[in-house]
Amino acid sequence: MSRRSWAIGRATVAWAVLVLATSLTYWLAEGHAIAAPLATTAALLIAGVKVRIVLLEFMELRAAPLPWRVAFEIWVVASVLLILIGYGLSRH
Amino acid sequence: MSSALVTVRRAPSILTFIIADMVIFGVFFGLFTAGRLQNPELFERSAAVLDPRLGLLNTVILVTSGWQVVLAVHAAGDADRRAVRRHLALAVLLGAGFAVTKLYEYHDKVSHGITMLSNDFFMFYFVLTSAHFLHYLVGMAVLVFLWARAGMEPVDGPLNGLIESGGLYWHMVDLLWIVLFPMLYLQR
Repeated sequence: MSRRSWAIGRATVAWAVLVLATSLTYWLAEGHAIAAPLATTAALLIAGVKVRIVLLEFMELRAAPLPWRVAFEIWVVASVLLILIGYGLSRH
Repeated sequence: MSSALVTVRRAPSILTFIIADMVIFGVFFGLFTAGRLQNPELFERSAAVLDPRLGLLNTVILVTSGWQVVLAVHAAGDADRRAVRRHLALAVLLGAGFAVTKLYEYHDKVSHGITMLSNDFFMFYFVLTSAHFLHYLVGMAVLVFLWARAGMEPVDGPLNGLIESGGLYWHMVDLLWIVLFPMLYLQR
């Protein structure tokens, strides 16, 4: 398989995972299969995973110099934590 | 050498711009969270008015458009001009769906008397989504520009770096929405 076909295949798998993960968060939050706090928490955590997939598979962050990768990874963790903590605190 | 590394070495300013923009949105996330803590019941009640199916649709649209941009970048590295134009055109066409959904959503809210003045939640909703929408418009303009240039000059010359930079910016638009969707639409 050529290098380009491999890259295309990998990006396509990433896209499929993103669509599935998005559907999952919607289904969890909008369905009533699990309790709301669990669904919301899962939705936010899955969003973090999705952002990382965009960073690593779409933006090829792995190939960037390490300080850049660290900065973007910190952003993901900080953003998700911020929203999650706010959500958790607001329920008490 | 991987394309992203080439881009970073050749045009590190795009990553600087992107991370700075993301930090600004991070501050917005913080402000929204603070607002939510002050009145969680209001925020939850107001968020329930939003239609999460539209948020879901917009997420799938941007993610799919981003996938096409990735394919365009790979095609550029292979000097495959026609593939570059095909993937960029698809990215733009799919991306246009985001605007249709968003404008429909805004129109629906406003026609029901809901504006950014309605309450704190809707102030955040309109400000955040329209700030994001402005970034989206810039991204769309960049993609259209790149598609046009790819018809006029080699895609593996200087245009290659521009396609990668433009692609990175578009992925930022995508990832910001990935966070905004659950934050605004799915918190129960």
